[in-house]
Amino acid sequence: MPGKKSYAGFLDFVFNVYKGMEAYKMTLAYEGEINHDIIKTFTSLAEGNMSRHEEPENLQKKVYHVLVECLQNIVKHASFLKTINNIEYLKNRGMLLICRNQNEYQITTGNLIEKSTKSYLEGLLNHINALSIDELNQLYKERLKTGQISDKGGAGLGFIDIRRKTGAELTFQFLPISEIHEFFVFTSIIPREA
Amino acid sequence: MDNLFIEPTDDQPKVEFFHDTGEFIISGKSLPEDVSSFYKPVMEWLQKYSLQPNLVTELTFKLTYFNTASSKVILDMLMIMEKIQDSKKQVTVNWYYPVYDEDMKEAGEEYSEMVDLQFNYISYTP
Repeated sequence: MPGKKSYAGFLDFVFNVYKGMEAYKMTLAYEGEINHDIIKTFTSLAEGNMSRHEEPENLQKKVYHVLVECLQNIVKHASFLKTINNIEYLKNRGMLLICRNQNEYQITTGNLIEKSTKSYLEGLLNHINALSIDELNQLYKERLKTGQISDKGGAGLGFIDIRRKTGAELTFQFLPISEIHEFFVFTSIIPREA
Repeated sequence: MDNLFIEPTDDQPKVEFFHDTGEFIISGKSLPEDVSSFYKPVMEWLQKYSLQPNLVTELTFKLTYFNTASSKVILDMLMIMEKIQDSKKQVTVNWYYPVYDEDMKEAGEEYSEMVDLQFNYISYTP
């Protein structure tokens, strides 16, 4: 049992989480293991929420699509790490935040990646952002034709497809967390008038 | 050669391949946990069929959702169909899309640009 002082601190934290979620119109927040069953659970939760809000079916479909691709990225690519700053991390651990405001849905994921993959990932995402829609479609078709399904089950098309589906630039940031890892934050924005 | 049937789940499509009539239907959602192992028997069946195909083959996609890993397998299936067509057999692709889902229709149009096959686009209300 935490002492009075630490429990008060914890209460502050809980209240701040609640206030933060309200401020950012967060409909779902999660941090923990991400696996196939969890993807199915979250997509079905999100579908249920959107359906209750009577969102247009096409928008529901886009949100569903982006959610699956973002979460599958974590399952396939999140770095395995046992302990960092004495905190244990699970394999395929990640964070998912879904915000719904007046104009858009915002899907944010956060997960650890190894520092050595940062420059590759950064280059890939910048390249995808720099392409026009026509060039993006061309790249998608090329990857589809020449790519193979990796042993992790990916076709290397996820980010390209998220950009195509949302029509918006991919937003991302790398936050240093240890000597060997970075915390990769990735946000997709889906306009509600889509 | 036997028919091929796979029952759908909430993340795997329904597969109905009728050898006698040459009607092949894939419907539902496709985001299996392991795309390669789910589609392995499907691809093996199609490869075998392509060695001695019927005069007429009709491949129907009626998917409400497929992930990017599945999109690669769909192209692989279409490429087998193209091979069948090259052996002077008739092949048609029916691409169903939910009436509200322009992205799904465009996905079909993109595939049709990548292979030399006759595509029919059919909208429906799921």
